[in-house]
Formats: sequence, structure tokens, C-alpha cells
Amino acid sequence: YALENIIHLKQIRHINIMLLISFVLMQDGVVLGADTRATSSEVVADKMCAKIHYIAPNIYCCGAGTAADTKKTTELLSSNLTIFSMNSGRNPRVVMAVNILQDMLYRYRGQIGANLLLGGVDCTGNHLYEVDPYGSVDKVPYIAMGSGDLAALGILEDGFKPDLELEKAKELVRAAIHAGIMSDLGSGNNIDICVITRRGVDYIRPYQDSEYKDNRYKKMKYKYRPGTTPVLTEKVVPLKLEVVQETVQQMDTA
Amino acid sequence: MEKHCTDSQVKGVSTGTTILAAIFDGGVVIGSDSRASIGGEYVSSKTINKVIQVHDQIFCCMAGSLADAQFVTKAAKSHLAFHSVQMENPPLVITAASVLKELCYKNKEELQAGFLTAGWDRKKGPQVYVVSLGGMLVSQPVTIGGSGSTYIYGYVDAKYKPNMSREECLQFATNALALAMGRDNVSGGVAHLVVIQETGVEHVVVPGDKLPKFHDE
Repeated sequence: YALENIIHLKQIRHINIMLLISFVLMQDGVVLGADTRATSSEVVADKMCAKIHYIAPNIYCCGAGTAADTKKTTELLSSNLTIFSMNSGRNPRVVMAVNILQDMLYRYRGQIGANLLLGGVDCTGNHLYEVDPYGSVDKVPYIAMGSGDLAALGILEDGFKPDLELEKAKELVRAAIHAGIMSDLGSGNNIDICVITRRGVDYIRPYQDSEYKDNRYKKMKYKYRPGTTPVLTEKVVPLKLEVVQETVQQMDTA
Repeated sequence: MEKHCTDSQVKGVSTGTTILAAIFDGGVVIGSDSRASIGGEYVSSKTINKVIQVHDQIFCCMAGSLADAQFVTKAAKSHLAFHSVQMENPPLVITAASVLKELCYKNKEELQAGFLTAGWDRKKGPQVYVVSLGGMLVSQPVTIGGSGSTYIYGYVDAKYKPNMSREECLQFATNALALAMGRDNVSGGVAHLVVIQETGVEHVVVPGDKLPKFHDE
């Protein structure tokens, strides 16, 4: 009976990041966290996927939803902001990144399946924004998104206080994602944490390894010494190159 | 979780709201609740801001799809800023309302957003305008909107008096919002109120526990 169901299923198997990401605004910066599982229906497609994307040196973005959409949208945003920085000579602000994202996602009327959480530190302070696929924006002190968000939100709501210190904030985010991983099938594997402060960014990947990690990989090596595969024949054909034309142009370095 | 329910009226995050605006002697009060919901069952934000400043002394309240409303108010804000630079004068409240109305009417097929616009200008003083879903523009002394408004039509009709004082009007608005939030499941959170007078603008926030309580609470 179960097999019958699977055969009749005609689903587009795109890779989903049904994940878990959460954010916390702390005293001198922002802490972002995410799990590392990407699924394609019931199969885990990527056990170590990076969900915290680089936008600018002081702005990072977590993406949940369709993997391709989140990756591409954040890449587009990042290149837009870099061009802007070069043109104007100004460092990008989080609120500008949010506005660009909002315009882009609204234009596509929800067809881009990207739930994004933008966080960063700029000259105006620490900021956290949540952007929905339809283009609505909310400024928040803490948030969790993805398939495991309800479990994580419980931990965040209980433990969040304004002006947390760094270690407590990291522990809170880790606990929230751990709760989501335990309660949701779409989230799992390792936990990544990214801490953004005025001084810089600390991208800890992974912050916590999954307890169920496959230890065989440590022993399995994919590097083989020359000679492991026997060489049967060898044929060397030197390519003869002839100089046809040579021109020299002087550069005026005066 | 399934975030975008197709059986709900609004796609994505909805403001499922209670908004109101009322003119008093010398100014206008505009206010809203602060809840954003998805599919009528999940509160996606307890502290969303629905009262947006579109110019120095003109505010508008949004209802309907959050994405559509945020986008329209952003477009209106930039339009009004440009207009006031061209005219070398602050825009009239009716201009702000008309800008919103044009956007809502011309794109009525795609948009699902309604607005209340309130403000003060030198020509006509305090005014309140309603731009409904399809793009109708109407001026009224007191008006309510959103899903929670259905529960307070009686209260507003009975309790509103023209030329109230500022304190009376604030109390009236707070009571109305509290009553609506008490009965409507998609309205709630804190009450955001903005008082606009010739002298300036004041933002009053009434947290949930300080809202007036009635006989059954």
C-alpha cells in the first residue's frame, strides 16, 4: 500500500530548505543560527548546507524555503549592494538591503519561495529584519523561521531578554535550533552560528556537530596514492607550437 | 509549516486588523492594533506597525495584505516627498489620500489593501479619508476599518461626538480598539495611536495590559 502511494506521486522534487533559522539581537550585535539540512521531499539532499549567506561584510542573511531561490536572491542582493558601495563610497545599511529585497520579492508576487532573515550591524546600530516571500517586512528583536520554527520560537520567547551578552545569546540560539531539530523532520544535522558585531564577523561553521554524525568519513579517505589504479599503457603526444606572429606594444607609463 | 494558505482571503501575511481615525477639536487621532496573522490561525507578529508616516503631518493606517499595503505606502511616501519638493509646500491630506487611491484603483485586480489617511494641513485643518479596497475615496469625521471594525460600529456610532477634546478623543479611540481586539481573533497586541495637531505629532502606545478592561474581563 505504501509503495502504491509513492508510485502515484508526481511531485517536482526540488531541493527545499525546510529549515530552521533563528536570530537574536544582543547587546553589541546580532547572532544568527541555522541548521544544515536541505531536503528533497523525504530524502536529505545536503547534510552540510550553508544557510547563512553573505550579503555585505556587516550583513548576513539566513534563508528558508526553496534552496535555489534563497541562494540566488541573496547573491543578487549581495552584488547589488557591492555595486552601490562602490558607486557611492558608502557602507551598505541593513535597511537598504531590506528595501531591495522587499521590492524584488514583491515584484514576483510570492513566486520566489524565499523566507529571509536579514541581520547586520551598521552605523545606525544592530538590526534584524524578517522578509516574507510575498514581500512583507517586519523589524524584530528575535525570530525563527522555517519548518521547525514553532519549536524554536518557544525557546526564544522564553529565554530572550533585551541586551543579552554574547555567550548567553549564542547558547540561546543554539538551544532554539536544537529544539527545532529534535521536533522537526525537515531540520537536522549540524548547527551553524554567525555572530556579527561592530568589530567583525565570526562565522562558526559548525558550531555544534550532530551527535548522529557518520564517523566513517573520518576513516574514509578520498585521496589515493599514484599507483593504486594500475596503469596499463601510456602515450605521450607533444603538441608542437609555432610562433606565427609577434608584436610588441609599448605602454606609455609616463 | 504551510505558511501560505490558499483558503484564506489574503495571500501571505495579512494585517487582519482594527484601524480607526477620528477628528477632534484641533486635530485628529489615528490608531490601530499590532497583530499580523497568516491564514487566520497563526500570529506571525505581535508588534507590527500599521500606522505609517507618509509625510510630516500625514499618517496612514493599513489593512489587508501586509505585503501589498507596505509596498503601496512606500510608493506613496516617495510620491508625496517628490510632490512636496515640486510644490515647495507640504502636501495636503487629500493629496496623500488621492495618491493612495490612484494606486489602489489602478491596480485593483492585483492589490488587496485598504487605507485610512489622517493628517493636518493649513488649508482644511484636521481631516480623515478612507481609501477602500477597490479605490473609493471618501472623507469622514470618524471612520473604522479592518476585520475588527465590525464589532465596534455600534460603539463608535454611539460614543463619537464632534469637537471632543484631545483627552476625550484618545480615550474614545483606546476604548474602541480595546473592544475590537477583545472580540476579533485577528486583532490584538498593543494599541498604536498617533495624535496629529497643528503643533506636531505625538505617538501614544498603549501596551496590552494597560488597555481598558470591560465587564467580562
